[in-house]
Amino acid sequence: MFEQKKFIVSHAPFWHNGSSVAERNYNIIVAALPAALFGLTQYGAQALAVLCLSVSSAMIWELIANRATKRPETLGDGNAALIGLLFGMLLPAASPWWLVITGTFVAVIVGKQIFGGIGGNPFNPALIGYGILLISWPNRFDFNAALVNFEFGFDTAFPLWVAKYFGTAELDTFTAWNLLSGQQIGGIGSTFGLGLIAGGIYLIVRGFIRWEISLSYLAGIFVTAFLFNIANPDQYAGPFFHMFTGFTLLAAFFLATDDASSPVNFIPMLIYGAGCGMLTILIRNIGVYVEGTAFAIIVMNCANPLLDRIRPKAVGKVV
Amino acid sequence: MLKQSFIRLASTDVEYRPFAEVPALLETPNVPGNVTVLHPGEYNRSDAIDLKPGDAVKTGQKLALFPESVAYVVSPVTGTVAGIEPFAGDFGRRYAAVTIEVSDEEEPDNQFTEAAASPSLEAAKNFLGCVPGMPDLSVFGDPDHPIDVLIVSGADSDLMVDTNKYVITAETAEVEHGLHLLREITGVDRIVVALPSDIVQGIGSLEAEVFGVSPAYPSANPRMIANAVLGEPIPAGRTLAEAGVAMMSAETVANIGKAFESGSIPTKKAITLIRKDGSKTMVSVKLGTPMGRILRDYGESLGEGDRLILGGPMTGSAVFSDTYPIQADTDAIMVQDSQAVSFVSDYPCINCGECIRICPTKVQVSMLVRFLEAGQYEDAADLYDLYSCVDCGLCSFVCVSKIPIFQYIRLAKYELSRLQAAEAEEAENV
Ligand code: SF4
Ligand code: SF4
Repeated sequence: MFEQKKFIVSHAPFWHNGSSVAERNYNIIVAALPAALFGLTQYGAQALAVLCLSVSSAMIWELIANRATKRPETLGDGNAALIGLLFGMLLPAASPWWLVITGTFVAVIVGKQIFGGIGGNPFNPALIGYGILLISWPNRFDFNAALVNFEFGFDTAFPLWVAKYFGTAELDTFTAWNLLSGQQIGGIGSTFGLGLIAGGIYLIVRGFIRWEISLSYLAGIFVTAFLFNIANPDQYAGPFFHMFTGFTLLAAFFLATDDASSPVNFIPMLIYGAGCGMLTILIRNIGVYVEGTAFAIIVMNCANPLLDRIRPKAVGKVV
Repeated sequence: MLKQSFIRLASTDVEYRPFAEVPALLETPNVPGNVTVLHPGEYNRSDAIDLKPGDAVKTGQKLALFPESVAYVVSPVTGTVAGIEPFAGDFGRRYAAVTIEVSDEEEPDNQFTEAAASPSLEAAKNFLGCVPGMPDLSVFGDPDHPIDVLIVSGADSDLMVDTNKYVITAETAEVEHGLHLLREITGVDRIVVALPSDIVQGIGSLEAEVFGVSPAYPSANPRMIANAVLGEPIPAGRTLAEAGVAMMSAETVANIGKAFESGSIPTKKAITLIRKDGSKTMVSVKLGTPMGRILRDYGESLGEGDRLILGGPMTGSAVFSDTYPIQADTDAIMVQDSQAVSFVSDYPCINCGECIRICPTKVQVSMLVRFLEAGQYEDAADLYDLYSCVDCGLCSFVCVSKIPIFQYIRLAKYELSRLQAAEAEEAENV
């Protein structure tokens, strides 16, 4: 007998909790918006141009990669837009167009697509873009020089630069509140601490990032900075300063937490997060770079596959 | 459809529905028509078998098709054999599908009646292997793997399914009788009745140990129950029987009790009908009834693009035709509207870790699935704990990339079992 009606036949389970890659990425984008918008109010049209160019060029690179490799188009999942947005948020507002486009090329193509696209990237794509450009054109990323033409109602020196070259005596104007409320210079989307924290809390509560990584990262920053600080309070800034300036908060909630390049088991997440935080401070305090966040995370990304081998024993496993 | 809550800081809790929602049983009247029973074993139309179209069969009559095999089915009705067809089930399981045209008069077969007079394991194995609930009686009396504990589950493994919850509460006396008999004929001393924790109080005293099953899915999964009852996990890759555990559903036990008491083999099955709107109806139907007829009788529409499922939402199997018959181990049928059908995707794993966090047996699912996608089943088993998996389906349920993880897992287990069977055969031939 032949059945006329056609049913959908597939394998169990027949329910899904409704989560999706696109939902995840769009929520992360939304969570990053408060900080990004604050940057726009602070730096104006130039910042807007950088962010728009960054997001759109990242998406175009993704599309080109999809076409070139003859694979399904993946623009809809929001991941390319997210990479573009995060990359743009790291940049100084005065970045030239070619820097932005080169950066998103490195981020999307080198950082993600040559590893097979989403999920395959061993490093955080936005940070790969940033890191490679930072090595290639270091002057472009000197926030003091890049932002020299802007007028603000506050100290226009990059706090980490001040801390590195002038010691803690010069840091009086950078109170925790000033830093958190965005009265500092830096990347377009990296200065508004309160916005980043709010976005981070949203992502944690909704389960889109792994809180273990964010918290252990901040703990790593805090403890390491604290130790430096008590060892030599004149030379090394205190933990709160480090927590609220540079890329720390952006990294804690948006960069270190990238799915593919971070571990998923509990202990490895703690080691990874704490390691990122510790390295960040080591580079800031005794390395050659003023801001070490990007390199710290990239280094820990390398350790990720190894770290995730520390895993709980499966039930019933016979050793 | 179960959705994640907005706030997911705590991991998603997937829970069984409370006992209060178990519906009352509706009896389906016997109506003429065809029923189909599946006789295990590979069958080709040219095979010589002990049954042919036109043969008369009686209710409760044992049909053994292949002379050299002990496999059999029991005819749930009186009528004439209308046809015998080869039939392929999930994962290459082979059957001969025997279709019987039901006649108006019901005539009981009395082969079993004599055997029932003096209950024995032999009689049970001979006649009760396909009572509704489908006991695996072959595990008893194996000298290599003696059974130390018999677990009777009054909890249904899959979500939404209420069949055994219904039976253990509505037919407690029959279950009790079955327990008593099983203790006698199997000689197993330790019998544990596993009950959803919200029923434990209401059930009164049973002649067995009682074990409360938590409402968190998949605690009513047979392996999860066995692990909890034993107090330590059964080593991965070992069957329950190899670990000395026999598992039976409450309905099976009640039916074994009824069979020996009445001298006739029960032929009706309690089924949870899970409707498109998520409501449930408990119905009692003749084994072998086509699913489509039950849906018609109980007013559930079924259209193009809908999904018809044998079993529950997490572990059932979708069928392609509504002529598929109710078998002795069918606890539920579920209809899913085409609008609610969820699809898998070919996205790669994004390493979000949701699967790992939800897996009840701590399998590194995201790593496992990489091996499975590449077809490296042996490595998957050796390195990433394929055999720790208890087949609950939660990993697929939460996968952000909608990877059909559970399908990969089942396929891998099936392929490995075929490999092992082939190796065993080779070893025998040497
Ligand atoms: S691997 Fe998946 S199906 Fe197996 S026990 Fe874990 S969550 Fe359940
Ligand atoms: S839930 Fe899916 S996407 Fe997420 S880690 Fe597991 S397999 Fe990968």
